[in-house]
Amino acid sequence: MFEVQRLGMVAYQPTWDEQKNIVRSVDEGKIADQLLLLEHPHTVTMGRGSHLSNLLLSTQDYKAKGINVVEIDRGGDVTYHGPGQLVGYPIFYLGDQKHDAHSYLRDIEEALILALSSFGISGERMEKHTGVWVNEEKVAAIGVKFHKARNKKGYITSHGFALNVNTDLRYFSTIVPCGILEYGVTSMSRILGKKVDMDMVMNEVEMAMREIFT
Amino acid sequence: MTIDIVMPQLGESVTEGTISRWLKKPGDEVEEYEPICEVETDKVNTEIPSLYNGKMGEILAQEGQTVAVGEIICKMEVESETVSQAVESDKPISKTQERNEADTSMKHRYSPAVLRLAQENQIDLTKLSGSGKGGRITRKDVLHAVENKSAVSIPAKNVTAPVEKRKVKETPPLEILVEDKIVPVSSIRRTIAERMVKSKTEIPHAWTMMEADVSGLVALRNKYKNDFAANGIPLTFMPFFIKATVDTLREFPYVNSVWAEDKIVLKKDINISVAIAANDALYVPVIHQADEKNIFGIARSLQHLIHKTRNGNLGIADTQGGTFTVNNTGSFGSIASQPIINQPQVAILSFESIVKKPVVIDDMIAIRNRMNLCLSLDHRVLDGLTAGQFLARVKERLESYQVDTAL
Repeated sequence: MFEVQRLGMVAYQPTWDEQKNIVRSVDEGKIADQLLLLEHPHTVTMGRGSHLSNLLLSTQDYKAKGINVVEIDRGGDVTYHGPGQLVGYPIFYLGDQKHDAHSYLRDIEEALILALSSFGISGERMEKHTGVWVNEEKVAAIGVKFHKARNKKGYITSHGFALNVNTDLRYFSTIVPCGILEYGVTSMSRILGKKVDMDMVMNEVEMAMREIFT
Repeated sequence: MTIDIVMPQLGESVTEGTISRWLKKPGDEVEEYEPICEVETDKVNTEIPSLYNGKMGEILAQEGQTVAVGEIICKMEVESETVSQAVESDKPISKTQERNEADTSMKHRYSPAVLRLAQENQIDLTKLSGSGKGGRITRKDVLHAVENKSAVSIPAKNVTAPVEKRKVKETPPLEILVEDKIVPVSSIRRTIAERMVKSKTEIPHAWTMMEADVSGLVALRNKYKNDFAANGIPLTFMPFFIKATVDTLREFPYVNSVWAEDKIVLKKDINISVAIAANDALYVPVIHQADEKNIFGIARSLQHLIHKTRNGNLGIADTQGGTFTVNNTGSFGSIASQPIINQPQVAILSFESIVKKPVVIDDMIAIRNRMNLCLSLDHRVLDGLTAGQFLARVKERLESYQVDTAL
């Protein structure tokens, strides 16, 4: 069973540091698995698989627009975080399971698809493109890191998913999200044509995560 | 002594990984289970631990380089006795799910993924008990049911068949009673109707049927079914039918051709149209360049097209360019059908139900799995001989599958 922390709006860098602390505590068995639910201010993150060409503005331009650019250690290419986007960081100990990275991704997708279904949205997977899609537009991005547990067998996860709830999608035009040119991004509010209550989304996501991961 | 460290297998379906960062340099001391590098596969960045105490040696795979599973990524200096430890190969342990017998409030809330999975495998969700919260049926429940299928499968029933009823010459004025229900013709239904009439009136259809012994294929499919399901891909017979058809089409270019009035165009690509019924309409999306795919590739493409069809997401490209059509009429219990050719193609092949039958082999009576293959052909392009030879080769290929055939 994991515990949920709802952190509200928090800056990227301190949250990332906090994730690393939690990974350590989970590894040492001091605390239970944690699921962090939060929002970030405008931030562009570059995963390990990033190509600089997928950043469409110069560093100065991003700064001028009030967007932080951070280079980080998750898998995947460039992505954008910002207000109205629900970010989830599951810090889970994947102990005795075979460290099958991809089945973990599929499980996160499944949880998000389940949560979206509560709002009448049919999320889908797209072959070769991790994430959750609605009509060939990405509504949720996923990128994770598997930390080798120091004190036991297996892995501990960090980073996670970003679900566009009421995200201002114009910010995505400053990057090539995940390096994928041919498909667009969307949000729950765009699909439903109205603003969506973030607390309700957090409730559904939490429930769906519990269903898939416990 | 020096040992080779190889790219580990990071998941069942993962064949390669990209070195995202080296955490140790040559000469660094490394403890057992200490991460030596990070490897990226898709959206996961994984720390790779050393299995030994020792010292880092030469690095052979550079950061950014993509390396196949099993290839050497670096060398390590270790004390000789430590090497005897075998590489861990822990089996995945399925999480035991808490079952909540009393609370079934969520039993009838299905996620789209669950619905799709059930549909594809013809699982009757109402007969499952859910292990999720409030009795909700999860994907794992359905996958589990697929493995023990017979108990909960939906009996084959009224799926729209691609066979249009023939029109009577002079229709008497239609009598409509008050009790009769009137359904407006949807645009997709109208398109289907027009295309069927055009094909049936323009093409001189000829028809031929052969019976194949697919006992070996049945055994082979049952053997691999669970492996495929574990990768999220339902393995039906369809990929095998398509593979046999595609391999045979390469030998018979005229069957993979188009009638263009003053010429016959033998198509270079083999693009297989697949008849898929969904929401009371029939779609024939296309597996392009099907001759470049193996069974797994065909199964994946098929699953993808079925998803798109059932969700109404087929793009124009998905439905264009077909050069030959296959039809899995057996899936709804048919044992013979006369399919209508999908213009401008020149033939269509139906695979009928697999039925256990007594057959005579070497003067003994055996129980074998038999299946009819029904071919409709455009007699302007094809004659009985070519069509017969073609069908006989498809049959031969299906019969050559045995339980030990490598996929």
